[in-house]
Amino acid sequence: MDTEDSAFAVLGVLGDPVRRSLYRHVAAAPEDVGRDAAAEAVGISRSLAAFHLDKLVEAGLLDVSFRRLSGRTGPGAGRPSKVYRRAEGEHAVSVPPRSYDAAGRLLAEVVENAGLDRELQAAAKAAGAADREAAAGDLIEALRARGYQPFRDGDTLRLRNCPFHALVADFPALVCGMNLALLEGLAPDAWSPRMDPCPDGCCVALSKNKNH
Amino acid sequence: MTGFHLAQVNVGRMVGPLDGPELAAFVAQLPEINALAERSPGFVWRMVDEEGEDATGVRPDEQDDLLLVNCSVWESVEALRNFTYHTDHLRVLTRRREWFHRMAEAHQAMWWVPAGHRPSLAEAMERVAMVRHNGPSPLAFTFRDPYPAPAPSVIPAPTAAPASSAAPAAQL
Repeated sequence: MDTEDSAFAVLGVLGDPVRRSLYRHVAAAPEDVGRDAAAEAVGISRSLAAFHLDKLVEAGLLDVSFRRLSGRTGPGAGRPSKVYRRAEGEHAVSVPPRSYDAAGRLLAEVVENAGLDRELQAAAKAAGAADREAAAGDLIEALRARGYQPFRDGDTLRLRNCPFHALVADFPALVCGMNLALLEGLAPDAWSPRMDPCPDGCCVALSKNKNH
Repeated sequence: MTGFHLAQVNVGRMVGPLDGPELAAFVAQLPEINALAERSPGFVWRMVDEEGEDATGVRPDEQDDLLLVNCSVWESVEALRNFTYHTDHLRVLTRRREWFHRMAEAHQAMWWVPAGHRPSLAEAMERVAMVRHNGPSPLAFTFRDPYPAPAPSVIPAPTAAPASSAAPAAQL
């Protein structure tokens, strides 16, 4: 199998709508998810959830570990339960083939070498501001649509996913600066983006302003 | 603990004099960012000039009054990466082109030092030159091509240079 075939094989596992719902729930969850919680979130039986979750692990889309969910330890605490989280690694396929990631990398390299950080940030801020009205209506949905996988943590919105992950690895200052500017443009007046990294996610969190 | 710490150096050419209007916002943020570095997990040491607050008095090239140097020691690459990209330091970093010219040649380096070693300016600039002339290697590397700390039995290359930042300036 070539790379494209393996991507199709992995993504094909998500063709089943129940499995897809489970994947989305686990991938966007702030913490590892147990079988009971996953079953409840998707509205299916525990055994059906267990079956599909393990298929997702087999495909390499989820990772599994064991944890005592009861919070108790020692004798009588019960067996550790399986808990699931999003696996590392990206799977993308496009028909017909498109290479926007290769183009993005080349563009980033040129922008970096030309020292055009400020120009990029201005463009990102404007791109975010173009959606500011929609974000003022439903900020969570606006962030979700951009791939951030937001979740509420008290008066803070944390971002479970970094939509620019691979580019950040090679051009962190440039691309994180672009991302911060984009979120500053997007965030309605009531919210302030600040640096507060979510493990394996976005480094920016949005805090509700006190005076709103 | 591996018995080794990570030293890092980077140089930057200012767009104007340190006490001029272009650099005012940068200078104003220095105390806060240096304090943030010092309380970040894995911070070990940072080079300071004779005034002792920061390294803005150090000139790595006597011929170039606009060239600043930043040199520090951390417990690991991850500790340095976390501070650099995952804290409010990023906010300062994203404004780098307001204050510093983009340098075409390599302008930074990392290398492993025995825990307790304080790199001199000459040693640091030598590492920048290594990346500049030979590309990344275990002796001088970057975030993009990190090398693991040496095994404890390996004697690292840096000889015990004076820990003072007043060592003779290397020429670029």
